[in-house]
Amino acid sequence: MSAPGPSRNAANPRHSLLVRTTHWITVTSFFALLLSGAEIVVSHPRFYWGEVGNVMTHPLFTLPIPASRSSVPTAYSFLMPDQNGWSRYLHFQFAWVVVITGLIYVLSSLWNGHLRHRLLPAPAERSWRAYWAVIARYLHRTPQNPSEAHSYNVVQRTAYLSVIFVLFPLIIWTGLAMSPAFTSAFPLAVTALGGRQSARTIHFFVSGALLLFLVVHVTMVALAGFKSRMQGMITGRTATQEERP
Amino acid sequence: MKPISRRKLMTTGLAATAGLAGLATADLLAQRYGLIPPDHRGLYGPGETLTYAAQRLLTRHSLAREFPPSMISKEPFANPAVSPKDLLQSLPAHNHGNWPLTIDGMVARPTSLALSDLKSLPMRSQITEVACEEGWSYIAQWIGTPLIDVLHAVGLHPQARYVVYFSADKEWWDSIDMADALHPQTLLTWGMNDGDLPVAFGGPLRMRVSRQLGYKSVKYITRLTVTDSLKGFGKGLGSAEPEFGYAWYAGI
Repeated sequence: MSAPGPSRNAANPRHSLLVRTTHWITVTSFFALLLSGAEIVVSHPRFYWGEVGNVMTHPLFTLPIPASRSSVPTAYSFLMPDQNGWSRYLHFQFAWVVVITGLIYVLSSLWNGHLRHRLLPAPAERSWRAYWAVIARYLHRTPQNPSEAHSYNVVQRTAYLSVIFVLFPLIIWTGLAMSPAFTSAFPLAVTALGGRQSARTIHFFVSGALLLFLVVHVTMVALAGFKSRMQGMITGRTATQEERP
Repeated sequence: MKPISRRKLMTTGLAATAGLAGLATADLLAQRYGLIPPDHRGLYGPGETLTYAAQRLLTRHSLAREFPPSMISKEPFANPAVSPKDLLQSLPAHNHGNWPLTIDGMVARPTSLALSDLKSLPMRSQITEVACEEGWSYIAQWIGTPLIDVLHAVGLHPQARYVVYFSADKEWWDSIDMADALHPQTLLTWGMNDGDLPVAFGGPLRMRVSRQLGYKSVKYITRLTVTDSLKGFGKGLGSAEPEFGYAWYAGI
């Protein structure tokens, strides 16, 4: 069990201003990227593996949805509205927002100890037993230990670290691997993934993994008390905190 | 509310001044080195400008990936969306040698030539991938005359900044900056996979811009105009694409 962190009050809020700001910018960007990404997929809802793929080659899988372009065969007799133009502009605009926000967050978290103290699991917690203890507690719906109310448990820490250091880097990498200009300068970015179409397919799955994280994250927030957690992420303080001595 | 300390006021003021100076310098450098795309205005201008500037700094001279002959797609896909059927039928399917090409604008010797003249210049063959903005792609061998050789043959004015290219299909025209226009892999393409370039793939003459998405590789090219400004072309956004809502720069 980790030692309780420093008590958090108005001067030392539950979430720092930097964490709150970058969190909500990332939320906004994620929805913009998800919506525009989905619009782009609709123009060609087929996925491939390797370097090339088109309607003349076998897909790895096809999404059972109608398409927005007539050149793609689907099981539907109608076309979806074609929204690729603004979707692409929006996608790349928010890709920049999320990359710059992510860099600010990661660099400042390295600098101010947020990463080391609040996200990296404490040495004693780096065991399967610690994971199982948390999961068992979730399954039994055991009320939270008050000493833990203001620090993340090992499962949360692992989930957040995976999103920050695995999923986001991977989705940025696979995105860049689809750029013919970027890969002209850095061909390894795409060859290491097995080709352009593999990069596109991985990009799709990683966006699915991020969406899954979002669903689980919001569910856990709701179970922990939606109002107080939202308040914590918006104002930095929670009602429960003020009641504490 | 806490009063703002003098120190805080000064540091904030200094930071704001430094920030503004930084932005002004960035803008000056961007203008000077041509890092601002013609569609930089509007809601999506910032993202577009960042992408174009970043990629121009990283990729000015880099070569698009080339592939071994074994990777040429057996059945390349000819995107039917680009050209109306009646236009395809009106094109001469044979005897492509007479296909006309006009080169004008900021060149020493404005020229009208035929495809056969173009073919007498040194040719280049390369195996590269065409990637459509929809997501699909194929690999083909492209044979053509490097645009750089044509531009040098007609004498490029030093103030030239863009090459605008027009299709026989009046809806399509586009432009590239000099980094792409003088790039060795930018081809006025007339051959594909050891044969003539099929009409469905843009034959008799297609612009192949190897480091950008497929839509920059406009089919049925009839005219090139060299210019220092894109203001006088269409809505001044550099291409028909931004007028349909797509980015001018498609290196993504």
